[in-house]
Amino acid sequence: MAGAQRGSTFWIVAALFVAAAAAATFLIKNEYPFFAGYVILQFIILATAWNILGGYAGYVNFGTSAFFGLGVYTAVFLFKATGAPLLVQIIAATGVGALLGFLVGLLTLRMRGIFFSIATIAVTIIIETFIINWKFVGGASGIQMIRPAAMPPFDSYIKMLFVNSAVMVVIAVALARFIQGSWIGRGLQALRDDEMAAECTGVPTLKLKLTACVISGALMSAVGAPNAMYLSYADPASAFNLNYSVSALAMALIGGTAHWIGPILGALLLSVTQQLLTVTISSEVNVLVLGLMLVLFVVGAPEGILGLYRRARTRIGGKSQP
Amino acid sequence: MFSFELLLDAIVLGLLVGCFYAAVSIGLSVSFGLLDVPHVAHPAFLVLAAYGTYVLNQLGIDPIIAGLMLTPVFFVFGILAYRLYYETFERRGSDAGVRGIAFFFGVAFVIEVVIILIFGVDQRTVQALYIGKSIDIGDMRIPMRLLVAFVVALTLTGLLTLYLARTFTGRAIRAVAQDEMALRLMGANPVAIKQWAFGIATAVLGLAGALLIIVSPVDPTLDRTYIGRTFCVVVMAGLGSMTGTLVAAIILGVAESIVLTLYGASWAPAISFAMLLAVLAVRPQGLFGR
Repeated sequence: MAGAQRGSTFWIVAALFVAAAAAATFLIKNEYPFFAGYVILQFIILATAWNILGGYAGYVNFGTSAFFGLGVYTAVFLFKATGAPLLVQIIAATGVGALLGFLVGLLTLRMRGIFFSIATIAVTIIIETFIINWKFVGGASGIQMIRPAAMPPFDSYIKMLFVNSAVMVVIAVALARFIQGSWIGRGLQALRDDEMAAECTGVPTLKLKLTACVISGALMSAVGAPNAMYLSYADPASAFNLNYSVSALAMALIGGTAHWIGPILGALLLSVTQQLLTVTISSEVNVLVLGLMLVLFVVGAPEGILGLYRRARTRIGGKSQP
Repeated sequence: MFSFELLLDAIVLGLLVGCFYAAVSIGLSVSFGLLDVPHVAHPAFLVLAAYGTYVLNQLGIDPIIAGLMLTPVFFVFGILAYRLYYETFERRGSDAGVRGIAFFFGVAFVIEVVIILIFGVDQRTVQALYIGKSIDIGDMRIPMRLLVAFVVALTLTGLLTLYLARTFTGRAIRAVAQDEMALRLMGANPVAIKQWAFGIATAVLGLAGALLIIVSPVDPTLDRTYIGRTFCVVVMAGLGSMTGTLVAAIILGVAESIVLTLYGASWAPAISFAMLLAVLAVRPQGLFGR
């Protein structure tokens, strides 16, 4: 029954979170907090999505930017070709992301370790090159996007995007939480610890990895879709920037990959720091801090913030983790 | 549009560039191919060496000499890097895969940003007598800088191959790649040999970085392109095969050069990555795989 109770707590917190985000858009006039908040929410989703494959299954995906960029350009294409509304752009991007996840998974998930990682970078660069050579969506120089008017309850488009992201955060986290607790998560964990042993005991490893890759990819592309409207601009070099890959990976690893709360913690810590650094110093310094923290955590605190917390708790002598 | 002479030009240039690719990849062939270290930061080290060459060249030193001066520095750098990697990941064993990869990815980004913070994002070039000149062979015009890089690259690759095949330490390095346990049983210390090998692999990058900035202007994010090129060469070669590295690098160089001639520069960055994916999908053990 504790499980059911914990389940309802999760949904109550989630509902409160979305309600608070929506309420804030009516209470706060200034657009800037939502401009910054959007980025933070975006990274929570990316880190959570990364963790589904990278954390649970232990496949280090460097291709976050491939999925993200493809999401951006699905939205750009649909908007330019048909003027489709935001929701349609997001749904289409989710579908395209899932499809790419499936194809990438089929091609690369039989590879182990570093080969998979390098293959995902390869996919990123190849897709980026196709977009660069595709004149309809602006080619290498990018494309200007003119935001339509915001939909009724909202007085600005940015605020609408912010609430939309809040809802997407809930969907992403709920999915990660569901996977972690279900047989999918247990299977992924088994193959992460020892793929051969898992395969031998009848865990359908390839099927599970594909499922994780599809869900993870769909979420990453879904986050990409509103980005074109957020920036009112899209270009291949920034949509497919490897910084998205390193950020998602760093946030999940720094937070801790074993539990769905880890990527949220990591993303909050890093993206809030990044927002402050970008505003006060420069965006280069913010990437530097991200990289240094990634290296430091990977070397010094392998289980991330979650691991540090757990260790601190056992040292104080509280209840050990069930 | 298409002519035989154009194609011949492309092939010759591709051959020269291919040998240069062998020189920038041969270190990875040792560190990743033989030692199984997921060295994603290899291209970042390469770009770092190119910037080192740039700084020395500003003082009036010839880029090749500058590259040679960098090799001992990079040797020590490599030994320290391997020590850190070994102590934190290989020795602890568990979960080394995920975090080891993330570690090198993080290191690559840190190097890239540090270069941006010091030098800015502008392209940098070096000055030397042979840069900017070219020689004509028949109708073909070959830039001198490519020829210099070609000769140095071929020498470097050849020497390293000989070192691994003929010397005692070289053979020990190959032995540690084949069977670490056996080496341990014979009383040798595999970690010391691996550390030495990683030092050599990194030292070679000093000179390779000099070649990089001789062949073309360098900017801080160039390492991203070279992730594709170096890993494509090493995987296509078959992990740890030195002859394979040279052959694979020439194949890549010629393929890139032909695509560049026929379809234009905007498609070139994808070639190495596409070939890498194709090799991984069709023949993951590479051309000369063990």
